[in-house]
Amino acid sequence: MTADQAEEPTRRDFLYIATGTVGAVGAGALAWPFIHQLNPDASVKALASIEVDISAIGEGAAVTVTWRGKPVFIRHRTAAEISAAGEVKIEELRDPQADKDRVQKPEWLIMVGVCTHLGCVPLGQKGDFGGWFCPCHGSHYDTSGRIRKGPAPNNLAIPEYVFLDDGRVKIG
Amino acid sequence: MSGHSEFQPTSAPVKWLERRLPILSLMHGAAVAFPTPKNLNYWWTFGGILMFCLGVQIITGVILVMHFTPHVDMAFSSVEHIMRDVNYGWLIRYIHSNGASMFFLAVYIHMFRGLYYGSYKEPRELIWILGMVIYVLMTAAAFFGYVLVWGQMSFWGATVITNLFGAIPLVGDFLLSLLWGGFSVDNPTLNRLFSLHYLVPFLIAGVVVLHIWALHVPGNNNPLGIDVKGPQDTVTFHPYYTIKDTFAVVMFMIFFALFVFYMPNALGEPDNYIEANRLSTPAHIVPEWYLLPFYAILRSIPDKLLGVIAMGIAIFVLFLVPWLDTSKVRSARFRPLYKQFFWLFLIDALILGYIGAKPAEGMYLVIGRIATAYYFLHFFIILPVLGLVETPKPLPESISKSVLDKSAAGKAA
Amino acid sequence: MKNKSQIILRSIVLAAGLALLPAAAQASEGVALKQVDWSFNGPFGTFDRPQLKRGFQVYKEVCAACHSIKFVSYRNLSEAGGPQFTEAEVKTIAAAGNVTDGPNADGEMFERPAEPKDRIVKPFPNDNAARAANNGALPPDLSLMAKARKNGPDYLYSVLTGYAEPPEGVVMADGMNFNHYFPGQQIAMPQPLSDDQVTYEDGTPATLDQMAQDVTAFLMWTAEPKLEDRHKLGLKVMMFLVLFAGLLFATYKRVWKDQH
Repeated sequence: MTADQAEEPTRRDFLYIATGTVGAVGAGALAWPFIHQLNPDASVKALASIEVDISAIGEGAAVTVTWRGKPVFIRHRTAAEISAAGEVKIEELRDPQADKDRVQKPEWLIMVGVCTHLGCVPLGQKGDFGGWFCPCHGSHYDTSGRIRKGPAPNNLAIPEYVFLDDGRVKIG
Repeated sequence: MSGHSEFQPTSAPVKWLERRLPILSLMHGAAVAFPTPKNLNYWWTFGGILMFCLGVQIITGVILVMHFTPHVDMAFSSVEHIMRDVNYGWLIRYIHSNGASMFFLAVYIHMFRGLYYGSYKEPRELIWILGMVIYVLMTAAAFFGYVLVWGQMSFWGATVITNLFGAIPLVGDFLLSLLWGGFSVDNPTLNRLFSLHYLVPFLIAGVVVLHIWALHVPGNNNPLGIDVKGPQDTVTFHPYYTIKDTFAVVMFMIFFALFVFYMPNALGEPDNYIEANRLSTPAHIVPEWYLLPFYAILRSIPDKLLGVIAMGIAIFVLFLVPWLDTSKVRSARFRPLYKQFFWLFLIDALILGYIGAKPAEGMYLVIGRIATAYYFLHFFIILPVLGLVETPKPLPESISKSVLDKSAAGKAA
Repeated sequence: MKNKSQIILRSIVLAAGLALLPAAAQASEGVALKQVDWSFNGPFGTFDRPQLKRGFQVYKEVCAACHSIKFVSYRNLSEAGGPQFTEAEVKTIAAAGNVTDGPNADGEMFERPAEPKDRIVKPFPNDNAARAANNGALPPDLSLMAKARKNGPDYLYSVLTGYAEPPEGVVMADGMNFNHYFPGQQIAMPQPLSDDQVTYEDGTPATLDQMAQDVTAFLMWTAEPKLEDRHKLGLKVMMFLVLFAGLLFATYKRVWKDQH
């Protein structure tokens, strides 16, 4: 009897801990489907790329298309804009990046039109640097879409894209 | 409920909270220290199982709403979107659709347990009535939810059920247009049922709180049906019944999971995988299994209004059970006659369920009518009369004595 | 102890009885279907991928002339648990269909080849067009057909192989065909499959029986595309729950030890 009692607590504790642990593991595993359902579903993922016909966009003009629920600016830049973007000293930038790293063809600037501050859509050809200006909190972007002034931390994002031929680009 | 709590806060944050909102001592009194008869059997675990069911339905339901579109043109395809595209959408939807059946299975067991052990008798009448309110709300929620899928059974079930209200004299047509928001079951109907389907579970949760509150005034009934005489008859709810209920819930989950993973559509109607078509009614319309007994009663009366009234009474009579049963003895263990009639009634309910799934013709109609008659006979004649004529067996002195006798007998054997 | 296990047993029997009553009530109706030992039956069932591919071929070359599978997208054909065509194959399959897209910059709708993201192209633009082309009868969408009938797969297989000459004395309505397994035994759809109707790429002989099984398996997949996921997850969940229940039972007995 006494031997039994001495042994008892450890055996009992082990059982309780094992049961509790298994229960916790189960609860954790159960949570995953309920969290994962919030992620983009298969039909959303299937729409992840679009093709845009850019043959009709003249120099100095731009179109805005919707990609993954966000605006994408496709701007046919003028020679002046391209040279202005190229002349900027990279080391002075908040988010240093050369213009040539932001485009595949210098005349086509393709970027996600969402301000990196809090997600508003910047206005084109406005602001102190001839690029974009965000009306929400006054971020200024240059002709390469780089942040130059205001609260935004980063340059406007460049999506993945490929030119399918001279007239069409596939975004995403 | 109060008076049992020996909750003594020790840590400073708990003391701080306790002075301002004594919720922890309330919880402690209700779910930890609460004295519970020590002789409750597994039938008493269905209260906990039902709490689990309600939680499952609310959580999965809230998630399904994130992906569902309540519009006649899109409801059906949004359900298919959930089944095909949403991550684990098939799992969550199958849990929710089978969860409704599991909920009803558990509630019927819970109700029949109450009937067998006389849990509705003085002083527990209100617990039973609140439980019946929950049951009626459950059938409403289940019906609303079934319509949302917008399959053939959804649409025609909604048409048939709403038309029942059209049978009410004078105001029938007025009620119908209120329910439909149009001239037939249509988009406005779907939208309002969607809204109500989201509302009702929270009403249920509210009534559940009242149900448990009312339970904690006299405390649990028990298989002997005799009152608790003192602390020797009870154990604290925690850990004794928390562990037992948890075990029972997990056993129930195994049964539940068998349906979700291996026969997710066994309890549903194939016709509901056909999108609603207002020009073509399915060959036979049947409600989900848990409503079949009442459906059988409805159909066994060959008059629209009387059928609806009979079905209404069939549900309403359950509210009156605490007064229809005239016996002072609670548990059927000590009521030899009632015990027989209890099983007869259970069989009758099963027969009604079987008949409800059959076409209303020939022998089925005859059997359905006999079973319907017996259903009412049970409540209106048998229950009141039995209490007056039956001689109950002698009741045990106390719960603890009975438990001791039993374990002694067990050891001897 | 004996008493308790009896109670549990009784409750299981009761629960099963309650659950199965309506099902049992309906199983007794209608002509007994031919039963096939499907690969997807049972708790460990999976789809037979070559069979799904063959079934898709039968659907595409035969059924798709009249029947849509509107809830299925081309991309589904390459997803796990299905026929698992390669993505390149799916692109080729999709490109054979045309979808209306637009409006373009000029405000015009235009036709383009279907892409994997598109739903599988329907044979008719809408139900009325389908009726008009089919003598007034609407060929139903087949996406969910395997779940929209009792014992769906057996039913589909039975109907597909159940055509016969009408027996003596049976008067057929105009344009109807005799089928043992179709409710009422008169079906508007003429016998769709006959031996060697398609030529399988994998060399399987295209007998009526083979094609009927293949296309039925394919339609079971279109109805229940997550069946394999479900069976796989089910096994894990069951093993976990049984283990957890065992531990809880032991804990329960230990907690109650001082009370008995």
